[in-house]
Amino acid sequence: MWRTFRSRVMQPGVLAQAAGMGCVAALLLWAAHTVTANLQARGMASGFDFLGRPAGFDIAFSLIPYGPTDTHARVFAVGALNTLAVAAAGVVLATILGVLAGVARRSQTVVVRALAAAYVEAARNTPLPIQLLVVYALVTAAPPPRAALALGGLGFVSNRGLYLPAPVWAWPAPVVAALCLACVLVTAWAVRRGARRGAGGRPLRLVAAGALAVLLVLAAAFEGVSLPRPQGFGFEGGLEVGPPLLALLAALSLYTGAYIAEVVRGGLAAVGRGQAEAAQALGLTPLQALTLVVFPQALRVMVPPLVSQYLNLLKNSSLAVVVGYPDLVATFGGTTLNQTGQAIETLGLVLVFYVTVSLALSAAVNAWAARQNRWARP
Amino acid sequence: MSVVSAIRPSPRAPARRLGVADLAALALLLALAVWLGPPLVRWALLDATWFGESRAACRAGGACWAILTSRWNQIVAGFYPADHLWRVAVAALCLLAGVAPAFRPRGLAILPLAAPLGVIAACAVMGGAGLLPRAPTDYWGGFFLNLLIGLGASIFALPLGILLALGRLSRLPAVKGLSLALIEVVRGAPLIVLLFAASVVAPLFAPGGLTPDKLMRTLVVITFFEAAYMAEAVRGGLMAVPRGQGEAARALGLGIVRAFVLVELPQALRIAMPALMNSFIGLFKDTTLIYVIGLLDVTGVLRNAVTDFAWQGLETEAYIFVALLFWSLCFGLSRWSARLERRLSTDREG
Repeated sequence: MWRTFRSRVMQPGVLAQAAGMGCVAALLLWAAHTVTANLQARGMASGFDFLGRPAGFDIAFSLIPYGPTDTHARVFAVGALNTLAVAAAGVVLATILGVLAGVARRSQTVVVRALAAAYVEAARNTPLPIQLLVVYALVTAAPPPRAALALGGLGFVSNRGLYLPAPVWAWPAPVVAALCLACVLVTAWAVRRGARRGAGGRPLRLVAAGALAVLLVLAAAFEGVSLPRPQGFGFEGGLEVGPPLLALLAALSLYTGAYIAEVVRGGLAAVGRGQAEAAQALGLTPLQALTLVVFPQALRVMVPPLVSQYLNLLKNSSLAVVVGYPDLVATFGGTTLNQTGQAIETLGLVLVFYVTVSLALSAAVNAWAARQNRWARP
Repeated sequence: MSVVSAIRPSPRAPARRLGVADLAALALLLALAVWLGPPLVRWALLDATWFGESRAACRAGGACWAILTSRWNQIVAGFYPADHLWRVAVAALCLLAGVAPAFRPRGLAILPLAAPLGVIAACAVMGGAGLLPRAPTDYWGGFFLNLLIGLGASIFALPLGILLALGRLSRLPAVKGLSLALIEVVRGAPLIVLLFAASVVAPLFAPGGLTPDKLMRTLVVITFFEAAYMAEAVRGGLMAVPRGQGEAARALGLGIVRAFVLVELPQALRIAMPALMNSFIGLFKDTTLIYVIGLLDVTGVLRNAVTDFAWQGLETEAYIFVALLFWSLCFGLSRWSARLERRLSTDREG
């Protein structure tokens, strides 16, 4: 029995606990009373009725059909989807950038190492809002559509944003996405089932079959590519990434990429150098040694901090307000709040969204880490 | 371990050699420097205009640093009355003195006691009480506001974070549950949402039509935000201190509280130091966000400047200044923190 501060003071009786909880409950009740009194005094409404009322404002960018006559509940869905979309795209871009920079920081070439270090230190030590404002200023300082920079005839950069070629699908995009997801899930299930049966199975074959299925789905749905082309004061066709989204995506990827580079560097350093040396002694090229031997081992160390960086990116995407990208905070936590005046309800729902996503992802990664640790011990 | 790897200075340091790739990359860098360097120097220094009353006074083709010099007082302290700026200096010194112990390895233990210095700083700037003329917080701003919120919130957040960490480690379900809920909700939420809450929701909770000052509300919210992150860092430190330390201190006759404060906590803070420092650097960078809720920190002051007709279109100069300002401070802090970490780890081994 260790009788230190933590064990003694932290373990008084049930009575003291109950008294403490009572105090907290009394505080909450008093707060609730104050709020109701204040709301009544100001003649402000409360409750969630406003969710069913028409919003009456437009949203510049939406993944699902939306019009001003739609409800505030729909605004929430549009905002949440916009947040998730920019976070997902940011996660992909930041991971690519971070892995490249992290590997470059361990390069044998001094100059490559120095360049990667310069990027990481510059991006990590300046505030994200400033980076966002700088990127936004850069985007809006690009030439107008008529003098747009052509990207090899495939896309354009102008002060109206970035225009890229986009695939055209014969079926609605959600159907294509759902089919691909189904293929991935079935493959994952089959691989896990094989692993659980103990025979080891042939995971590589299963994964190849899954990839083939995804490719087949995409080939069946593929109808052509829509290229952007100048039209009037803008462009027509292709995929349009407007300045707010472009700036937000670029700044988030640059900023988080630097942190991911540090995670990758730490993960690679955690793998003994003997591993790479042994792999090369067996005849693997340095690149093969990195991708087949070192990286898979580093991944185990890297995943938890990586996920925490992804969560930071999700939270930082709320800086969309700064450049005017309509994410959840800007739409539901901004315009809806201003129109209905129901600050507690709107900000509460926004908070619930972020905390739910954060907790779900942390729970997933904790479960994953627990399994890894179980497997690590034979 | 083989002989070859044993004689290398550190297992992490890759072998240094200048190969063909190095020379090629170096040549490329040199070419880039020769191409971009001179125009950049000409723009930033040679052709730049340093003083002037509006953009019209600036030479074309050069940087217009006049936007910074003409509004220097605002950049430093917002709209604080010019003849009372010494009070701002006193407050800044108090705040720096408050965190100064962190810059000594042995000073960590007294760091949580620095809170009174934060209060003195606040009194010095705020004035009132018949001694100094009151300067309402509407006048506070500029880089001083970033410093005040960054350092002030950290000074108050550390004791709070220690309490939260203890609460989370507690075996009492009630205490543990409450601490855990607070930490997870705050850490799961974006700061901007909490700032909005401070600006719109908090007044609703004030009794009797009393509205606490906006800056104070922001400071309280940021303190809680930082405390949640610090709590996780401190918890990691507390869990890494061997139990025997507390038990040994008790066996030597120290009281429960003294054993914790004098023996366990300092070691925990020492272990948590790098994480605490990272979280402080993050918070300091985040203070540039408060302009979103209308507080005029250095970003807010400069954004006002570039939307002013006289200075329109000088975003480049303004943002370069803020970026360099924060970069130099944060880079210096992170370097220093890495050095301290190395020194502490050798201390522990020795």
